[in-house]
Amino acid sequence: MASTQRQSNAVGLSFRLAWRNIWRHKRRTWLTALAMIFSNVLLVFMISLQFGSYEMMINNSLRMLSGQVQVQMDGYLDEQKMRQVIAGIDHLAGAIRQRVKGVNVAARASAFVLVSSEERSFGAQLLGVQPGHEGGVSTIPGLVKHGRYLDDTGAAEIVIGSVMARNLKVGVGDELTFLGSGRDGSFAAGVLTVVGVFHSGSQDLDRGLAEVPLGYFQEAFAMRGSGHVIALATDELDSVSATLAALGPVIAEHDGLVALDWEELMPGLKQAIQADMTSAWFMYGVLIILVAFSVLNTQLMSVLERTREFGMIMALGIRPRKLVSLVLLETLMMALLGFLIGMFLGFLVTAYYAHTGFAYPGMDEMGAKFNLPSVIYPSLGPLGLFLGPSVVLVFCVLAALYPAMKLYRLRPVEAMRSV
Amino acid sequence: MALAVKVSSTMAWRNLWRNYRRTLIMLLAIAVGVWAMIFLTALMRGMVDDMVKQGIRALPGHVQVHAHGYRDDPSVNYCLSAPGDVLLNVLRGQQIKAWTGRVKVPAMISSEYDNRGITLLGVDDEGEIALGFDRSKVFEGRFLNGVDDQGIVIGRKLMERLETRLGKRVVVMSQGPDNDITERGFRIVGIYRAELESIEDNVVYAGIGVVQQMLGIGSDISEIAVLGFDYQSPERLVSQIRSVAPDELEVLSWLELDPYLATMMEVMNGFVLVWMVVIFLALSFGLVNTLMMAVFERVREIGLMQALGMRPSAIVFQILLESLILLSLGLLLGNLLAVATVIPLKDGIDISVVSQGMEMMGASSVLYPVLLWPDLLLANIVVIVLGILTSSLPAWHAAQYRPVEALTKA
Repeated sequence: MASTQRQSNAVGLSFRLAWRNIWRHKRRTWLTALAMIFSNVLLVFMISLQFGSYEMMINNSLRMLSGQVQVQMDGYLDEQKMRQVIAGIDHLAGAIRQRVKGVNVAARASAFVLVSSEERSFGAQLLGVQPGHEGGVSTIPGLVKHGRYLDDTGAAEIVIGSVMARNLKVGVGDELTFLGSGRDGSFAAGVLTVVGVFHSGSQDLDRGLAEVPLGYFQEAFAMRGSGHVIALATDELDSVSATLAALGPVIAEHDGLVALDWEELMPGLKQAIQADMTSAWFMYGVLIILVAFSVLNTQLMSVLERTREFGMIMALGIRPRKLVSLVLLETLMMALLGFLIGMFLGFLVTAYYAHTGFAYPGMDEMGAKFNLPSVIYPSLGPLGLFLGPSVVLVFCVLAALYPAMKLYRLRPVEAMRSV
Repeated sequence: MALAVKVSSTMAWRNLWRNYRRTLIMLLAIAVGVWAMIFLTALMRGMVDDMVKQGIRALPGHVQVHAHGYRDDPSVNYCLSAPGDVLLNVLRGQQIKAWTGRVKVPAMISSEYDNRGITLLGVDDEGEIALGFDRSKVFEGRFLNGVDDQGIVIGRKLMERLETRLGKRVVVMSQGPDNDITERGFRIVGIYRAELESIEDNVVYAGIGVVQQMLGIGSDISEIAVLGFDYQSPERLVSQIRSVAPDELEVLSWLELDPYLATMMEVMNGFVLVWMVVIFLALSFGLVNTLMMAVFERVREIGLMQALGMRPSAIVFQILLESLILLSLGLLLGNLLAVATVIPLKDGIDISVVSQGMEMMGASSVLYPVLLWPDLLLANIVVIVLGILTSSLPAWHAAQYRPVEALTKA
């Protein structure tokens, strides 16, 4: 009992000593803490902003059309050949719907065709979709601005993008003809009625995408009940791996099928995020190193100016190890000060912008390239809040190792004589 | 006066090295900060430079002339006639490095296996090369030979998608001026490679004469592309061409044609300044701290000097001089470090692991750092000016001591 009592007294004493020591130079301590606060606020805000924009980029890109997971024939992603088909696609999509829980499933077929109106002709991607299921995977059915979306799987109807409608000079109710080649290389053509025009905000889709019912598509392109892609959308990005795991046994029953997640479907998106991440971490790294230098300098000063004092304490029989831990404790206290205040202020700034949104000049044009709106909202989460400040804390304590270790080489007698 | 400055600088120099560890750490911090300012700026500049170059090559040219309405609806219906004498006169002028007229229309290409939507370019081979098409990118076969070349040159990616190859025939379909579908068979005479896969997949070259004949548009063209000598300032070129171009034509610089690129350039300029100031702020706490400590240690000394008749302004000057020396040394070191890291990288940094990501941004997979004098200058000015400003706080503080109090301070 007595010994634990003494120990806890000693710990209490160390804490009090360390606390008092850091306030011996008030201004210096505050300046050092300010350096940490400054970088912590910046880190919390920037990291949350990054996470927020990545989330938006991913969601906007995936929700629009592709979905988070797709089932395709192996090789289709790269080559997109008409003949790389999934046989009996309606049936397989139905099986997946039954056996994989918590996902929306839509079967599709795709072809490049020449679409012509009375006045104009353009090349376009023609997508055969299941009218009843497409809306669960893609936002395009909800983005129909004029007319309606498809509703009958065999009807000769088409929904086109707004730019295409303008370029073709057609509106709802007009007729279009298309020209392409079928699965077997045969000539595929037909006459379709425009029932809807969508506006997605993505130039590529608005200019180049048209959707027709899957049943009609299969007839026109000699698909014999097959299609190219089954797109799956989950509510949360996090459940992608669970979905993939549940899909495994279903697609294993069919030869040559693969399930691809969004990182494989859109490697560009993943890599754009990676590239952005890399440059961001370079910046954060520099910032953290500069703060660590600042701490190093402060603690070196604080050790050097106490040479006499430390010499005296050691002469009284205190071992250097104790002094080293005292200096480290002082650093930790100072760093915690910077950590807490910095994180709190960072939280306030981030919360403010998470509410109002953050924009800078030029974001409109930049955002359009990455499916981002012109205002981004930082995502306020524990990771964004803790990540930066924690790294700063670790580096600051590490920086104090050098001055603290100097104490091991301190000779009491010499030290007491120094000025 | 000269003597006073000399004495002051000698003292400043010696003072700095009284606590050499502290000075070295601060020096290192400044050097790292300055290095990071310049190095990252060089990388970012390199990336944006590359994007602009790629963008200008894809457009191509610094200035383009179209019929009004073509950019909104790039069809054969918005054509312009071949340039008249007045316009030709300007195009052949001193300001212009090269120009060419092209036909550019959306089209469909079919092999016996597959078909794709493409952009069909009817070009004059010499003009196209003068505007930046690199003949050595044609890695199989050859580029077009004259305006009436019967062949077609397609990208590597498109070749793969169509499952075709050199020497095979493909059919190109497009729309004529009266919405009659026109089509024509071409033999593939060349396959080219491009930095961006989206270009390989989409852009197809044929002789301009052949395309004009196929579309039935006589000698009309879709656009005139003009290359000047300096991409940074196309405005003079624009106004020159605009003054002689007929009213129904639209003359625009690349900055207006590709707002993404123009914004990128501006955002980058803003970013460079913000980055430099942020790094400086991170440094400034340490700088003030170091000087503050230096003053604190010398309170008695300062008191003594004041008692001996040194004026407060001289003390301020003294401290600022120390800061200036510290900053200059740090800058020197940082600049050297930055130059030393950029020069070995001048052959480019391979970032092909994220090539598709870079493609989304419009940049290629090799990054060439670009060290610009204005950026270097900006970094140095930011550090010196803001550095002296923040140092004036501890310097002013030092001058506030009263000699008697300072002398008696323990």
